[in-house]
Amino acid sequence: MKHYCYFPGCSAEATAIGLGLSAQAIAKPLDIELIELEDWTCCGSTPYGSLDKLESILVAARNLALAEKTGLDMVTPCPSCFVTFYQANLYLKEHPQLMAQVNEALAVANLVYNGNVHVRDLMEVLFNDVTPEVIASRVQRGLNGLKVAPYYGCQMVRPDYGFDDPEFPQSLDRMVESLGAEAVPFPLKNHCCGGALVISEQSLAVDLMRKLLDNAVENGAECIVAPCPLCQMNLDAYQSIVSVYSKFKTDYNLPILFVTQLIGLALGIDPKSLGLNTNIVSPGRLLDHISKAGAKRGT
Amino acid sequence: MADMTSFIDEVAATPGGEHIRSCIQCGICSGACPAANEMEYPPRKIIAMIRAGMRDEVLSSSSMWHCLSCYMCTVRCPRGVKPTDIAHTLEYLAYQQGFKVKGTTTPVMYQNFVNSIKGNGRVHEVGIMLRYYLTTNPLAALKVLPVGLSLFFHKRLPLLPKGVKGREDLAKIIQKFKEIEARS
Ligand code: SF4
Ligand code: SF4
Repeated sequence: MKHYCYFPGCSAEATAIGLGLSAQAIAKPLDIELIELEDWTCCGSTPYGSLDKLESILVAARNLALAEKTGLDMVTPCPSCFVTFYQANLYLKEHPQLMAQVNEALAVANLVYNGNVHVRDLMEVLFNDVTPEVIASRVQRGLNGLKVAPYYGCQMVRPDYGFDDPEFPQSLDRMVESLGAEAVPFPLKNHCCGGALVISEQSLAVDLMRKLLDNAVENGAECIVAPCPLCQMNLDAYQSIVSVYSKFKTDYNLPILFVTQLIGLALGIDPKSLGLNTNIVSPGRLLDHISKAGAKRGT
Repeated sequence: MADMTSFIDEVAATPGGEHIRSCIQCGICSGACPAANEMEYPPRKIIAMIRAGMRDEVLSSSSMWHCLSCYMCTVRCPRGVKPTDIAHTLEYLAYQQGFKVKGTTTPVMYQNFVNSIKGNGRVHEVGIMLRYYLTTNPLAALKVLPVGLSLFFHKRLPLLPKGVKGREDLAKIIQKFKEIEARS
């Protein structure tokens, strides 16, 4: 059993509750333990960095200082939290004066950060530490024949962390296939969904989402999997709005699952424990497909 | 500070802005940008304007507020310039120096987002959305009401923020940091 310091991120407790539940649910069967960082606060976030770059690094550093005390790698299921921590680590290293000021401020709460936390994305941990081979060996219910579009989005692979290719990523495809599903070709798999600008610049985001959903459908996808809370929420909650503009002139009705939810289903975990009741586009058809595939194989 | 240093120095001094002088104006960033059509000054152009010292034109523009932080420009730039970080820097400088931006409500949304973090220690979406729509366009809220309701009925929008212990510590740390910044 390998242990990690776990930073859920704000979304995993609210808009992406399905991510939080499924990440914890698959940990044990995959022999990892995610120990939640005590007393964590917001990661620092991209919007915060846009209004106050230095202060957002400080907000990130409070969590990093707490994590450093555990001596464990800190893993987060949220790619946006990941990029925030990754950048904060980088900039604190590159700007020693900022590091000194941050520590002077942290000292009022008896905290200190030495820059030693190895921050990791849950997908990277699943890929490199757990590995697709081990995931495959734990599958209870093969997803035989299910056509899945693996949607990486932006921040899981960019800027370049050296984990997967920022332009032609493959890791999610491999994980989907380790579950016995088919990863369909998905040329827009690393394009942006519009992110938080779905609120303030809705038409821009809707257009980006239309391209993504059209592209997944034309490649035969029966569902999309995504690691990112914002991608999942946009494609799931705004799907009926986007459908109006679809070139197929019909409702997409395309379930959008967190990668961890799909892994959980293949591991035989019940849908409710994976938070599948919180998915807006009903994954019902998918569950039928899986139980039929299971029945055929006599599981 | 703004008067003493040139605009490009000011940008280059911020985290992520360090490499701005390496730009060769190839335009790969603008070609890669999914929001370029919405920007008055796409990434290549805005970098040229920073170099030309056009601080008021740049900082009062809405261009950087359309950046989606997709990092496509950053991974494709052949010179390691990091246009994404430069967009964040421009937002930051414009906001801190009180530039009024026309043609986008993104700064209002971000401000509500940050206030939520400072107030609750974590993000609370319902509070952010309510304040955002009240201050921008309450009628637009009606259009996205179905989205909000479907999130709510799928247990994804807690009405009340979660009480976090670290909230007070965070507030103290931020307060202290502001004093340090003011001093330096
Ligand atoms: S891609 Fe890089 S070098 Fe080319 S214009 Fe953009 S910032 Fe400059
Ligand atoms: S990070 Fe921003 S500026 Fe760069 S390509 Fe994406 S949207 Fe455009």
